[in-house]
Amino acid sequence: MCQAQEQYGGCGWPQGRPRVGCAQKCMKCKEASPVLVIRVGDAFCKACFREYFVHKFRAMLGKNRAIYPGEKVLLALSGGPASSSMLRQVQEGLSRETAKKLRFIPGIIYIDEGAVCGQSLAERAETLLQMETILQASGFPYHLAHLEEVFDLPSSILQHVPHNPAGPKNSYKEAVEGFIRQQRQEEGGGPSLPERHIQEKLAEFCMQDVARTEGLATVQTEQLIQLFGSVKTLTAKEELLQTLRNHLILHTARAQGYSKVMMGDSCTRLAVKLLTNLSLGRGASLAMDTGFSDDRHGDVVVVRPMREYAAKEIAFYNHLFGVPTVFTPALDTKALEKASIHRVIERFLYGLQAEFPSTVSTVYRTGEKLSATPGDAGLAPGATEPERCLLCSCALDTNVEDGSALQAILVSEQLSQQRLPAASPAGRGCCQGAEEQRGCCTNTTAPGADARADFLPLLCYGCRLTIKDMTCLESLPLYIRSEAERRKRRALMKLEIQEFLLEDEAVNPGES
Amino acid sequence: MPATCSACCASPAALRRPKTGHALCRACFLAAFEEETHRAIVAGRLFRPGETVAIGASGGKDSTVLAHLLQLLDQRHGYGLRLLLLSVDEGIAGYRDASLAAVRRHHRRSGLPLHVVSYRQLYGWSMDRIARHLGPRNNCTFCGVFRRQALDRGALLMGADKIATGHNADDVAETVLMNFLRGDVGRLRRGAGVGPAGGEGAVPRCKPLRHAYEKEIVLYAYFQGLDYFSTECVYAPQAYRGYARALLKDLEAVRPSAVADLGHSGERLLLRSDLRMPSRGTCQRCGYVASQTLCKACVLLEGLDRGLPKLGIGKHRRLRDKLRDGQPLTQEELRHLGAPAEGEPPEEQEPQGELGTDKEPWGRRELRGPRDLNF
Repeated sequence: MCQAQEQYGGCGWPQGRPRVGCAQKCMKCKEASPVLVIRVGDAFCKACFREYFVHKFRAMLGKNRAIYPGEKVLLALSGGPASSSMLRQVQEGLSRETAKKLRFIPGIIYIDEGAVCGQSLAERAETLLQMETILQASGFPYHLAHLEEVFDLPSSILQHVPHNPAGPKNSYKEAVEGFIRQQRQEEGGGPSLPERHIQEKLAEFCMQDVARTEGLATVQTEQLIQLFGSVKTLTAKEELLQTLRNHLILHTARAQGYSKVMMGDSCTRLAVKLLTNLSLGRGASLAMDTGFSDDRHGDVVVVRPMREYAAKEIAFYNHLFGVPTVFTPALDTKALEKASIHRVIERFLYGLQAEFPSTVSTVYRTGEKLSATPGDAGLAPGATEPERCLLCSCALDTNVEDGSALQAILVSEQLSQQRLPAASPAGRGCCQGAEEQRGCCTNTTAPGADARADFLPLLCYGCRLTIKDMTCLESLPLYIRSEAERRKRRALMKLEIQEFLLEDEAVNPGES
Repeated sequence: MPATCSACCASPAALRRPKTGHALCRACFLAAFEEETHRAIVAGRLFRPGETVAIGASGGKDSTVLAHLLQLLDQRHGYGLRLLLLSVDEGIAGYRDASLAAVRRHHRRSGLPLHVVSYRQLYGWSMDRIARHLGPRNNCTFCGVFRRQALDRGALLMGADKIATGHNADDVAETVLMNFLRGDVGRLRRGAGVGPAGGEGAVPRCKPLRHAYEKEIVLYAYFQGLDYFSTECVYAPQAYRGYARALLKDLEAVRPSAVADLGHSGERLLLRSDLRMPSRGTCQRCGYVASQTLCKACVLLEGLDRGLPKLGIGKHRRLRDKLRDGQPLTQEELRHLGAPAEGEPPEEQEPQGELGTDKEPWGRRELRGPRDLNF
């Protein structure tokens, strides 16, 4: 994909790719000369590209009808190209003439993860400064959060809040019409309600957030570093980081009354995520992880409006229209090729895409064919909510079915370890070469093993793998541990009264 | 520092299991592997007493270990099965003749009856001849489609109730990845079933080694002293599956449980119920299972026989319809379908290999092509 304006003597196209000559016209308006080529041969001029880009965003929101007028939506900004582009689209969308205006109330959240990624306080402060410039320029209320704040989260974060939206009794169309009518009534004096609302909040929040950044607790920073230090593999670190980040965003959304969160995942990023999650054993929750809307938390719904944009389109848009981005190093910046599953998949997919240009879109389309609910028919009447994973809040997929891969793994683990721990006298045999044998005896002296054995049943398959890579569960934030305790107690309770319970609670997917 | 076996805690460990990372001694590993296969067979309800099972034997490690294991477990646990070896000769010189020799050795040692079916007999085309017409890529499509029918026919002729193949956990994982990369939702859904042996073809199939890691199969064969043939098929390097395989190797290096994790993901995939799925019917020409009017093998053969080998590869619906209606095709269209360019030398006669004259209970003349076998 080269810009047709530059002089390319020998483009060096791989064989079979159509060459786009500079003499061609924009494929849309057929008048202006093109400035870029997207996909495999579509040349666009600047104006048409902008229209195409903006239209896609609005079509995505309109088609899914997920965002109701007047709703508060939290934009998750990471400083990267996709989320910055998303912010620009929201700005543009809100500033148009009334008829075509986007009709929600945005806020922005930015999370500073510098402690985990090995940045010094000075570097973090500088990044924050750059981000604040962008945030203030947007004109929306914003929240600056530090990842250290996960240690202050309440355990209610991990609980699913069933949400009965009052809205959809009327249809989406009626909601929009009602909103327009209301707006017209307020027209005439001063800015409309949402704008006034925004201006007030802006004044409020800016003060709040300044106070927060100054009170950066070093104790919590150390705790965070210790937590990530206890995770052995980069794969597990990345997964843990994502989980904590999601919890923090969720908490901010709940606390400030946002009912939707917008994430800036692009098509390319989602294709990588699909294959990565497959490899991590998260096949059951693929649809929720990569679909347009993700309602696993109940009251707060995560939407992904950038999911049809290829990474290159976003990059070109940002370059042509001056969208500011801030580069922050991530966990896997400068990591080796095979350091984590995420890296391996990313490299593989990009490499394959170079040879088979339809790879990313094919993977993405396959992902679209996945369904979020088992059987797509919802739960059987009378059954309550399925059990959810402690960390990722997805329905548990660990019921052992006959002949399944999970069963085979459990059998293998069982057969590879000693079955009768009482038979071997302490200090002989099994504990020689202890560093080479993981989980050798069931009655191992390490205290962590018991805690882990209690903890794992509360998790889905994918999260289990992440926790298995941790050496010490004590460094997990309090809210996770206390919620785990609560669930364990509740499970024990249920066991005691199992024979007296009448209704079939907690139907797991896969069981009839 | 020598580690001790973590299962018996007595002998020094001889190996480290790829699947779980535990260090085991030889005896414990063999016992664990056999027990795991036995439990997978029982839990998956793969066989019923009194059934005749044809083991797809290629002479490679998976099918050798499978044949050995099934015979062993059948005796040890009394499954009550009648076991047969069924081999397919695709006609790949230097590869298949050597592996078939390994199958014959196994047959002599084990005493299991052996039957060989060959592409040349069934279809009139060997893989070498197909590759000469088709080029280096897309050969796996022909081989795979033909092999499925060949196994089914062989099994029916031998009176088998089931076919057991040696697909291992790595194969399953690669398939999940590949189907995602290619957008093959139909296969993703079919592959997800954990239940009792399903059947896409005429004879139900099962994969008893589905959860065994490829490396563990090799370890088992090594420690058990089994003899097999291991060279990669000459046409494999260009196959698309090679990408999935390379990816799987990298994933396994990062996290050894990735193979099993992919298997688990594949089982738990939920697909939308409103997707249009192919329905199961029969081929109009040969009666085999097909989702279209003609089964894939018939389409491929049609292309080969007409000198248009790419007829079955890629989406040429319009051209196929034209052919079916007897309309002439332009030069461009003929080139799309793989017709040889003008001036190419005529094809040489197929050399008669000794394999073709092997013991054939059904006689040489009876099977000329798919048209002749009534399903």
